[in-house]
Amino acid sequence: MKITFAEGLAQAIYEAMAADSRVVLIGSSFMGLNMTARKLMEPAVRDYSDRMLVTPISELALAGAGIGAAMCGQRPVVDLGTGSFIFQAFAQVVNEAANIHYMSGGQSKAPVTFYCLAGMRGMGAAQHSHRTQAMLGQVPGLQILTPGGADDAYQLMKWSLLKSQNPTVFICHSLLFTETSELDPNEPMLPVGRARIRRQGSDVSIIASSITVPRAMAAAELLEKQGIFAEVVDLRTVVPLDRETILKSVAKTGRAVIADECHKSFGVAAEIAATLAEDGLSFLKAPVRRVVVPDVPIPFSQSLEEELTVSTEKIVAAALQVLGR
Amino acid sequence: MSANVSSNLAAMLKIRRFEEQCIAMARAGKLPGHYHVYIGQEATAVAACAALKPEDFLFSTWRNHGHLLARGASPGKMLAEILGRSGGYAGGKSGTLHLSANDLGMPTTSALVGGSLPLATGAALACKRQGKGIAVAFFGDAGLEEGAFYESMIIAQVWQVPILFVCENNSIPPKDRKRGQYTSSTLPAQRLGDVTQSLQIPSEAVDGTDLTAMEECFKRLTAEVRNGGGPRFVEVCCSRWPGNIMTWPELPGGDWQIDWAFGGKPDVDAMVAWLSSDPLSLYLKKQLAAGALDRTQIEAIDAAVKKEMTGAAQFALDSAFPEASEAYRHVFAAQESAL
Ligand SMILES: Cc1ncc(C[n+]2csc(CCOP(=O)(O)OP(=O)(O)O)c2C)c(N)n1
Ligand SMILES: [Mg+2]
Repeated sequence: MKITFAEGLAQAIYEAMAADSRVVLIGSSFMGLNMTARKLMEPAVRDYSDRMLVTPISELALAGAGIGAAMCGQRPVVDLGTGSFIFQAFAQVVNEAANIHYMSGGQSKAPVTFYCLAGMRGMGAAQHSHRTQAMLGQVPGLQILTPGGADDAYQLMKWSLLKSQNPTVFICHSLLFTETSELDPNEPMLPVGRARIRRQGSDVSIIASSITVPRAMAAAELLEKQGIFAEVVDLRTVVPLDRETILKSVAKTGRAVIADECHKSFGVAAEIAATLAEDGLSFLKAPVRRVVVPDVPIPFSQSLEEELTVSTEKIVAAALQVLGR
Repeated sequence: MSANVSSNLAAMLKIRRFEEQCIAMARAGKLPGHYHVYIGQEATAVAACAALKPEDFLFSTWRNHGHLLARGASPGKMLAEILGRSGGYAGGKSGTLHLSANDLGMPTTSALVGGSLPLATGAALACKRQGKGIAVAFFGDAGLEEGAFYESMIIAQVWQVPILFVCENNSIPPKDRKRGQYTSSTLPAQRLGDVTQSLQIPSEAVDGTDLTAMEECFKRLTAEVRNGGGPRFVEVCCSRWPGNIMTWPELPGGDWQIDWAFGGKPDVDAMVAWLSSDPLSLYLKKQLAAGALDRTQIEAIDAAVKKEMTGAAQFALDSAFPEASEAYRHVFAAQESAL
């Protein structure tokens, strides 16, 4: 069955609400301003509007209320809207949710999902374009889900709402909504914490997550036309990070390009490069390349934003570079 | 016609025609991204800015075009910025959301709900310490839903800084709201000023469709603030313009027409109904009734404004997109790296 990313999300939310009455929606505009995708939420609105709370523009308290309700028996998902608005909620997400299980010596837990529509979406400018997975990766206790395909949008969301026992930040990218993939409802889900090999290859590993997954796939296709076989590793989750699969892939190909939409310094790609330096140096036939966003805020103008975007072309160029072409 | 009447009319028309220009540009595919217009709220910015001095600081939100124009910003440079061109106030870096004009006392625009309230409070602290100027914070009704609102009110009151909080309430009354409609605040308060009253900040409400009432209100309140009276809060009760919809603004009934103040009617019912709470139409009708101006004079002012807007549009369209290398400039301000 072929589904789109947005369909996967909407279906996961609907099925989770149907399966467990503890699932409540604190905010429900998961599809942002994408009016076509918003329609997909209609079945949930029709059948479960009693579990969709009215939400003032109060991100801090909404996040905190989600945590509180989760500690006391509910399974809330807090829709924080544009990913940048999570900063409004940071005190609760970072300093409360992430610490509860640890601070209580394992007594308490907060299985809450924070949903963010993050990323460089085109003309979002500096205050609406953040990708927070790297910053949040510095917060032990938070799970960070970064699906790059429709299959994972569906499965990871459903898992987060029904199975997760920990606070989770679900980072969605609005440019992914129309991406499609095959979903076999009878096939068991790839466990959380395992990366997905989206495409097998022997010459170079392209390690990606979220929006860089379709771009890495497109790059691999272009490279194949030049006789280069790229392996695409879709991380699916930044925390937990599947270092084992990354190392295995690079052991096979000997070359690594890391494509990530966070800023270069202290980023997701930096963490992966460090892992390769520590545990995979002997596999590497060439230095690792990071295709990431330079360390500047995101400007409004299209011509400026494009300069900073992690594009398919830049991924191809980096792959050619590590191959010495 | 008095100078005040003609300048008020020109100032409101300027905002109206500017916003129509934005909508036209968006429709033509020249204005990329998401934007917000100030149609229906023009009188607020015009009346408030008339009470301000050059040394004062202003803070706005995503709905900032009117505040900048009323403060005297260049429509050409604004429009160029909104189109992401190098000739804009920020060289294409801010777009509509973060428009700023530092030399007009508008150092930044936060596009986050409640984002500018602490900043404006700090600007007022600077004014107090420097012994000149006041700060004015324009914000929407949803601002009261953020914790930053309460924290700023408390600080402003405890520090007794010279700040005027102007909440432009364009919310849809609860009874008229439809599911899925453009965000409208969910505040349980009936009168927003009740909230600040409990913190001992004097508050009042004013009719946002009545320019004359607002002129009096802002003149009085800014004087109180300027004279060391501490913070003030005013709720401006705006009318919600029908073109202000969930995603991108539209122009129901087309561009605003002078004829609508002379018995002509738009062909969209919602617009016909709204005209009775349109601050621009109401001001015109009032001045006409008082014999303060005639149709020829109005047409002359409008023609001049339209000409200015055509020039602004040309300036913006002629302005080049920024060079890619611009993306790397201005991350940090220039500084010396040692004592
Ligand atoms: C912190 C934060 N949360 C959410 C948003 C998204 N948002 C943009 S405008 C808006 C509605 C604001 O309403 P109001 O303050 O009344 O201003 P209006 O647009 O009506 O003038 C919202 C929720 C935002 N910009 N910032
Ligand atoms: Mg409002």
